[in-house]
Amino acid sequence: MKEQLLQDGKAVGDRLSRVDGRLKVTGAAKYSAEYELPGLVHGVLVGSTVAKGRITSIDTKAAERAPGVLAVITHLNSPKVPGFAAKSNPDEPPTIGQPLRVFYDEKIYFNDQPIALVVADTLERARYAARLVKTQYAAEQHRTNFEANKSRAFLPTQAKRNPKSAQNDYTRGQADGYQNAPVKLEAEYVHESEMHNPMELQSIIAHWEAPDRLTVYDKVQAVKGTQRAFAKDWGLPEDHVKVIATFVGGAFGNGLHNWPHETAAIIGAKVTNRPVKVVLTREQMFTMVGYRPKTWQRIQMGATKDGKLVGISHESVGQTSTYEEFTESTVQQTRMMYAAPNVSTRYRILGLDISTPIWMRGPGEATGAFALESAIDEMAHLIGMDPLEFRLRNHTDTDPEKNKPWSTKYLKECFQAGADRIGWNKRQLKPGALREGDWLVGYGMGVGTFGANRGSAKARAALLADGSVVLQSATTDIGPGTGTAMVQIASDALGLPTDKIRFELGNSLFPQAPSQGGSSTVNTVGSAVNDACLALKKKLQELGGTSFANVQPEQLTLTGGQLGLKANGGPRMSFADLRKANNGQDIEVTIESKPDGSTRQNYSMYSFSVHFAEVKVHTMTGEVRVTKMVSCADAGTIVNQKTAGSQMIGGAIGGIGMALTEGAVMDDRFGRYVTKDLADYHVPVHADAPPVEVFFVNKPDTLVDPLGTKGIGEIAIIGVAPAITNAIFNATGKRIRELPITPDKVLLA
Amino acid sequence: MNQFQYLRPTKPKAAIDALARDTNAQFIAGGTNLLDLMKRGVMAPQKLVDINKLPLDKIEKQNDSLRIGALALNSTVAEDKLVLERHPLLAQALNAGASAQLRNMATVGGNMLQRTRCHYFYDTALPCNKREPGSGCGALEGFNRMHAIFGFSDKCIAVHPSDMSVALVALDAAVLVSGPKGDRRIAFADFHRLPGDTPQKDTNLEQGELITAVEVPDSPFTKNVHYLKVRERASYAFALVSVAAALSLDGQTIKDARLAMGGVAHKPWRLSEAEKSLIGKPATEATFRQAADIAMRGAKAFKYNEYKLKLAPNAIVQALKNAASVA
Repeated sequence: MKEQLLQDGKAVGDRLSRVDGRLKVTGAAKYSAEYELPGLVHGVLVGSTVAKGRITSIDTKAAERAPGVLAVITHLNSPKVPGFAAKSNPDEPPTIGQPLRVFYDEKIYFNDQPIALVVADTLERARYAARLVKTQYAAEQHRTNFEANKSRAFLPTQAKRNPKSAQNDYTRGQADGYQNAPVKLEAEYVHESEMHNPMELQSIIAHWEAPDRLTVYDKVQAVKGTQRAFAKDWGLPEDHVKVIATFVGGAFGNGLHNWPHETAAIIGAKVTNRPVKVVLTREQMFTMVGYRPKTWQRIQMGATKDGKLVGISHESVGQTSTYEEFTESTVQQTRMMYAAPNVSTRYRILGLDISTPIWMRGPGEATGAFALESAIDEMAHLIGMDPLEFRLRNHTDTDPEKNKPWSTKYLKECFQAGADRIGWNKRQLKPGALREGDWLVGYGMGVGTFGANRGSAKARAALLADGSVVLQSATTDIGPGTGTAMVQIASDALGLPTDKIRFELGNSLFPQAPSQGGSSTVNTVGSAVNDACLALKKKLQELGGTSFANVQPEQLTLTGGQLGLKANGGPRMSFADLRKANNGQDIEVTIESKPDGSTRQNYSMYSFSVHFAEVKVHTMTGEVRVTKMVSCADAGTIVNQKTAGSQMIGGAIGGIGMALTEGAVMDDRFGRYVTKDLADYHVPVHADAPPVEVFFVNKPDTLVDPLGTKGIGEIAIIGVAPAITNAIFNATGKRIRELPITPDKVLLA
Repeated sequence: MNQFQYLRPTKPKAAIDALARDTNAQFIAGGTNLLDLMKRGVMAPQKLVDINKLPLDKIEKQNDSLRIGALALNSTVAEDKLVLERHPLLAQALNAGASAQLRNMATVGGNMLQRTRCHYFYDTALPCNKREPGSGCGALEGFNRMHAIFGFSDKCIAVHPSDMSVALVALDAAVLVSGPKGDRRIAFADFHRLPGDTPQKDTNLEQGELITAVEVPDSPFTKNVHYLKVRERASYAFALVSVAAALSLDGQTIKDARLAMGGVAHKPWRLSEAEKSLIGKPATEATFRQAADIAMRGAKAFKYNEYKLKLAPNAIVQALKNAASVA
């Protein structure tokens, strides 16, 4: 079914179906591992079986002799990666340090670290031969136990180096001023590491098209960033590296860093002079890409009996590896969400003999919101107040951290809409008061926020001979429906129906765009698309000559294969004639779009969300079922209600996983994860997903960007886990502060 | 994956012969577990004997029992009219297992023969006496949250993961096998083993023996039955604890009862003493609690599965309550 712009409606705000939906559901969309290159061969990684130490010997003879094997690459025979020798240290958050240099030396930093790549003509032969690699280690005493090592946590280097870094300790008012309040609480919260398990496994095809020309089909969230990283690694000009990521089957942050298997594949391709495909196994997803780090938090909170916060102190320790310092904004929400006069935050990281974490959807904020929003609920209970009322009493209309006005904040509208929809009036103040048969029923809420970020990006717009417009930008689409939103934005900017517009992404040949991450793609790339479309109209206007000389670009449309005025009448000029005026060439523009720095200085810009959950807890078995959720977002203009709604639902279900099922288990004796497949590591299945009702305030914030968007991706999950855990408390009176809340914890609490 | 020979016989005898002479051979039917184990390097058979062409998938009514062919699919059995009429407990247990996709592939025989899901069994870099006798039990002092509270040994504390088998042991089923020495019949309760000193052996099947069918005797347990599976998500997860409960009621008085648990031992765990305690008693929560207490005698927990000592008796009470309340 073709989706068309309504005659007098706007495309932005419409429920346009995904422009690539048909390709995806029919299997026609090509993901990284699906490119069929001549001579393609397969690489399988061998992982270490100790967590720390040195490789003393690695016997590859049997593997090399196995049928179909082309190469077995280890630190002993790997070609040198020029960037490795330079000890390139990308002094950039979130991973200051030395990214793992695959096959660089004999050192082992974590269990299942890739130590060899077996390349063979078929996947099965490579996998078989990989099992024949025999390795001896000089193992050293490893540290993987978080609790046992927590006292070794330290202030991140970026904070030490830069006093302005947000990772420094923060105090507003009096340090630990909560202590002076009449009602106080102190509580510790822990969640286990959550592992990145998108449907598509991490995969790459590396192809040296010439000795100094590399093409990778790579599952990444940043094609340009990846291009720069590999160009640097191999000492190549950037334009000698091509990165293709046309489709990404879910990423949630794990494609925001480049991982050892990518360079391993590139090395494999160099050694064999063949295109090499490496697809991580599901088990390798637990160690060879990042994850949401296990984090311990303590909240100390004080309030008056009538529900005014006096102070909050929030301390957090997140784990990282020994070779990179991964940091995230765990304590940020505590600094700015509530009107508490005294706030102290402390963020520390703990280096363990494990692989480096990476952002996972709503990264540190989702972690921090679990602690903060749980503590808010605990305090409301202590003073005998409805937690929604307690939040309203501590609502703030300016940012108390930065002392700036919000660009927009419609959180109270979200509270109201959510409370109505979940049926908050059914909630009883006293826990354990609602019961349906063998199930206790409870209601909970949790608030989320995330910066409404905008970066700079370029976009190209071209009017083609067939009267359609193609737009290009080197962003990616990890699932939200970026192409669809961009087509809608372009449709309004051009006055051209959506089915005449194509948006292309995921290719490093396209104009610069940042990674898809931090809920900022529509703000950033959408603005560039909007600007490129306006610039294209301006160019058409110029080509149209004197008849359009006195017209504003906003008044122009491209409907009906003609440049003309939105209002009836006036001059018209066919695309064919415009092309003639352009010497028969496609008419194209490339434009860079940047945020206005001074506006961003003067305002505090955030998206907000609130999530409401209804849960049932079985009195005999401790099982928890989320039976209904309502997620409300103040995210500025909603470009597409359908895809944005899906994003919110996905976030809510991810939050159910965070609250109830997900958590990797390490056996510290071996420093090795023991739950590392989807049978042992539980993500929610359909039966766990309740109806999720979504509400958008849908009021533009044009201070963030001209479209008025603020970003959805992160706030879809931030605050979900505490909404559920608070509902469990409301149902049972049991306060469980360790995620995930599995039936055993409920039973024994 | 290792290279292996692949045979696809059409007669049971050929299949049995192919295995009888070769200790490194395996039957394969649905392959829902074996293929995983081969990919992970846990099992490496040199020969796979595909038995899907054998005529063993019928579900037939016999004089005083239902005979379910070993190759009947889990989904077929769960939806079969005769099974639903006569042994609804079995249908419930089957539907509690795996996912719809897996049930469409998995066979009755294969379900019984699935290996434990113990993390240490699956990871070839970790010790496991079941996978590699003598290497030690990783779970004993390790992450043993899913593990046994009954019938374990210091060599192995793994549990059997099948749901279907819990119902079958409760229903007094028998396993029919054909082997190099002929046919025999094994009571379901004697089919799976406790680990003892040889945890590498899951069952009492002998080399080359092929399961041909399961026989479920007719019983009065056609109505007041319940299979309760407690797991970490609403579907598609192995049981923390499961209970197969069946009651034969005369008004509110229990005439006969069957009770078995899953997720608590190296085999489906029949609770005969608890069953006896129910007979003649009123179908009340107090009666059920008493039976649960009897059922739990001798249970012992490890570091991470202490909760099962509370969950298991609760699950027994709940399953019996649910069974009794079927109108």
